[in-house]
Amino acid sequence: MLSRLVRWAPTSLLPALYAADVSAEYGLNMPVGVTDISRSVFDLHMQIFWICVVIAVIVFGVMFYSIFKHRKSKGAVAAQFHESTTVEIIWTIIPVFILILMAWPATTTLIEMYDSSDSDVDIKVTGYQWKWRYEYIGQDVDFFSNMSTPKDEIYNRAEKNVNYLLEVDNELVIPVNKKVRFLITANDVIHSWWVPDFAVKKDAIPGFINESWTRVNETGIYRGQCTELCGKDHGFMPIVVRVVEQEEYDTWIATKQAEAKAAAELAKLTFTLEEQMTRGEKVYATNCAACHQANGAGIPPSFPALKGSPIAVGPVEEHIKRVVNGVAGSAMQAYGAQLSEVDLAAVITYERNAWGNDTGDNVSAKDIVDFNNK
Amino acid sequence: MTESQNKHKKTITRLLIAVVGMFGFGFALVPLYDVFCDLAGINGKTNGRYEASTEMQEVDESREVRIQFITHNNESMPWEFKPTVTEIKVNPGQMTQVDFYARNPTSSRMVAQAVPSLSPSEGVNYFHKTECFCFNQQALEAKEEILMPLIFVVDQALPKHIKVLTLSYTLFDQGQFDQDGFDKKVFIQQKEDQIQVLGSL
Amino acid sequence: MSTVVDINTENNHDDHEHHGPAKGIARWLFTTNHKDIGSMYLWFSFLMFMIGGCMALTIRAELFQPGLQLIEPEFFNQMTTLHGLIMVFGAVMPAFVGLANWMIPMMVGAPDMALPRMNNWSFWILPFAFTLLLSTLFMEGGGPNFGWTFYAPLSTTYAPDTVTFFIFGVHMMGISSIMGAINVIATILNMRAPGMTLMKMPLFVWTWLITAFLLIAVMPVLAGVVTMMLTDIHFGTSFFNAAGGGDPVLFQHIFWFFGHPEVYIMILPAFGAVSQVIPTFSRKPLFGYHSMVYAVASIAILSFIVWAHHMFTVGIPLVGELFFMYATMLIAVPTGVKVFNWVATMFRGSLTFETPMLFSIAFVVLFSIGGFSGLMLAIAPSDFQYHDTYFVVAHFHYVLVPGAIFGIFAAVYYWLPKWVGNMYNEKLGKMHFWLSFVGMNLTFFPMHFLGLAGMPRRIPDYALQFADFNQIASVGAFMFGTTQLLFLYIVINCIRKGEKATAQVWEGAEGLEWTIPSPAPYHTFTTPPEVK
Repeated sequence: MLSRLVRWAPTSLLPALYAADVSAEYGLNMPVGVTDISRSVFDLHMQIFWICVVIAVIVFGVMFYSIFKHRKSKGAVAAQFHESTTVEIIWTIIPVFILILMAWPATTTLIEMYDSSDSDVDIKVTGYQWKWRYEYIGQDVDFFSNMSTPKDEIYNRAEKNVNYLLEVDNELVIPVNKKVRFLITANDVIHSWWVPDFAVKKDAIPGFINESWTRVNETGIYRGQCTELCGKDHGFMPIVVRVVEQEEYDTWIATKQAEAKAAAELAKLTFTLEEQMTRGEKVYATNCAACHQANGAGIPPSFPALKGSPIAVGPVEEHIKRVVNGVAGSAMQAYGAQLSEVDLAAVITYERNAWGNDTGDNVSAKDIVDFNNK
Repeated sequence: MTESQNKHKKTITRLLIAVVGMFGFGFALVPLYDVFCDLAGINGKTNGRYEASTEMQEVDESREVRIQFITHNNESMPWEFKPTVTEIKVNPGQMTQVDFYARNPTSSRMVAQAVPSLSPSEGVNYFHKTECFCFNQQALEAKEEILMPLIFVVDQALPKHIKVLTLSYTLFDQGQFDQDGFDKKVFIQQKEDQIQVLGSL
Repeated sequence: MSTVVDINTENNHDDHEHHGPAKGIARWLFTTNHKDIGSMYLWFSFLMFMIGGCMALTIRAELFQPGLQLIEPEFFNQMTTLHGLIMVFGAVMPAFVGLANWMIPMMVGAPDMALPRMNNWSFWILPFAFTLLLSTLFMEGGGPNFGWTFYAPLSTTYAPDTVTFFIFGVHMMGISSIMGAINVIATILNMRAPGMTLMKMPLFVWTWLITAFLLIAVMPVLAGVVTMMLTDIHFGTSFFNAAGGGDPVLFQHIFWFFGHPEVYIMILPAFGAVSQVIPTFSRKPLFGYHSMVYAVASIAILSFIVWAHHMFTVGIPLVGELFFMYATMLIAVPTGVKVFNWVATMFRGSLTFETPMLFSIAFVVLFSIGGFSGLMLAIAPSDFQYHDTYFVVAHFHYVLVPGAIFGIFAAVYYWLPKWVGNMYNEKLGKMHFWLSFVGMNLTFFPMHFLGLAGMPRRIPDYALQFADFNQIASVGAFMFGTTQLLFLYIVINCIRKGEKATAQVWEGAEGLEWTIPSPAPYHTFTTPPEVK
């Protein structure tokens, strides 16, 4: 019986080892990922896993053997031995050695993970309720990244696309083969930034800054999620990183910088009410609908209704103040810091005219600028 | 009292003392945590005001350390708040000043508190702030703007493997009123005096 | 290793006028009898288990498919929070206290607990605490929604108004636990029958003694941290608020200083129960009694220095992270020793597989699997990939469900005939076991894969690649949950019309509790037995 076991054990292990890599694709196992660190972590994970499997097979093997051989119904008579100091010492010392064996590669990998020196790119990552903000330090690139899965898909009114819940409007773009350092903080509650393919996870803590880093070996698109409960839309603030060649990255940075300038230029123009409503509806859907709902009804008392709200149909100045400066002590953020003047003007116009509010007001970007400078 | 009741009394008294003690220990963890953070420089919490000794350290010209500055407004804090430079290279031992710009765009007085955080946290004990706007609350009237100084020196003993220090400030809204009756005019005069003193060294 | 020589079961009526329990509801409100109080704890715990279970089923129903079908994310967060709080503080802990109340006096040869009146108060606080907690679901703003671990500032600055009731509820539960722990320690240390030295006590008593010390040490710290929350929320302090110079991470340190010993509080009594059951049905003494005692003590001591393994991603410096990784890995050693000792107890025994034994064997296997995933989690670099994913959910449900809960089931089936005087229906008991075993594994095994594949915790909706395993888990959950109604039927059926039980009940059973009649008389060991 034992010889049979010995014979098929190695062959049965082979497919299992192969399966480890293959099954990662089918979502059974941790991804091997695309960085040296993620590969080290995967290897460490598999090593520990196999050690655990071997121990389990031995221990449970003995137990199941007992269950078959030592049944009273088969006539087994109980022995009466009940202690052995030697045995206790042996099965204390051997596990300690196994643990030391495990601790060695774990220690070296951890030391590697903590070394964020000599980075090529530094990016500040800020967790907000419920989106991420990325600022490229020293580059004048600063944008928000909101989940872009439509509510219709979430509420089962439309078919879910392949990147359901893992897609954003503005991706984080980083260069391949370069060391990227992340400086992670939060705006309100604790969030956590995780990209499984990089094996990067760090908590985002308001008032404090945490550091992490990665060097990605393969171009591609990598998706992650927030991994610290942060309120109602904790499950709806994904992370998407696009890793590209250096050239493409440089072009992208230049484009982003130009966009920022263009947005400033855009603020000098005026738009028709129709153009405002179209733009405003999009801005609203991305930034406001989560709390105030697509139909403007809100979720009182925490999130007031905008439909028929005295703010939305009352004096424009008060409405602008609310949106731009937020409301201290409430969940209403200061969108002046997050949206361009054009977007602010559009969303305020939208709120003043949608859902039957119909004030006919057309707030321009210049109005916002004036408000800020008053 | 019977013998068993006596034994119980002793046991219960000791256990109650333990309960009260552990409750106190929970609270003691608060300052203990700060002590550990200070000792080990963990958590990125920078130390308080650094008293520059009159015997200033020699400037180590052979070594350069990059200091990055980042700012963040907490929650809905509407102030404009940014460093005048995002990055600077300094030599350990060299006293440096970097100014931070702040503006209150609202139409009422506001009081803010800047909270610093340094990364990597190992560097905390080697980054000395002799003057920092984060030591006090800042009050700004409606539409007022200000340049706030940070004066710091990087210790020569900074471990060799640390080449970049990132100092982050998060600005918090403290409401309308200063908590300690802070007088800005006096503060500015004090700062000017100190800068004069340092300049003369 | 205790041998009973002289039993005084006949002397129950000797020293005082015989009077049975009071009649009607007054009996239950005012009882100071450890058996009555034990029963109340057990029924209360089962009720809480059902309520917490319904919340779990609400969660699993929503997670059956991708998309939001049944509930909104805000309510989902309340369900996950309350499910955790109720299971930890309302189901598992009171069940173990109930077992302690019933069994410790009988196992040490004492007539009752040391402080019978305080015992009554310890119990009656609980219905009030949980009514308060559950009623928050119906208050404006909804109930607590920040996870059972209630990290600041989500649970302070950003919490619904009901957080204050949550804090009061926690204070009440804490007081109940502390009073219970004082009672257990005083009873065990001061009321053992002559001849019962500490090293002759049944292991269930040992594990409860150590658990009680853990409770004394850490429940006050929990009280401290929720008090700090209270003052942060209402009295302008800034313990956990960076704006005032505080630190949200401080909350985590203090909470987990309580939290880690808490999870050992939830498992050590199960270790004890299983250590009673396995020798009985192996007809062989527990292997390595002394080692078992030292192992439990080591686990308890080590549990104080590992708390930050729940915080590996928070930004702890390298040295700290390494320390907590090594310390956590070390706990595997005494835990392993216990598992080996259980297996060695079975080895070359004469085994039968009644329901308590089935639950105990499943405990050893499945709790060990939970222990292995725990060891994987202890490895800090890998933990960066596991933390706050379903891999963690799988781990703690494996140690809590086939760990604590199966331990409780094993204990209840084992001692029920002693409490009630009737045997339960063995066929139905086995059915309950197998359905629970299959249901539990269907529910939680796939969660390992979900976590590894990248599904975070505490989310009401998920990406499409997680759909299949979530569906399996939900089916398993409903199977497991429904099966517990069978357990209710088995217990009630046993009480009403089970076959009469003997004093010995089980062929291989040893210990003072098996020397008294079944059902155990209302007062037992009014004269202490002599133990050799």
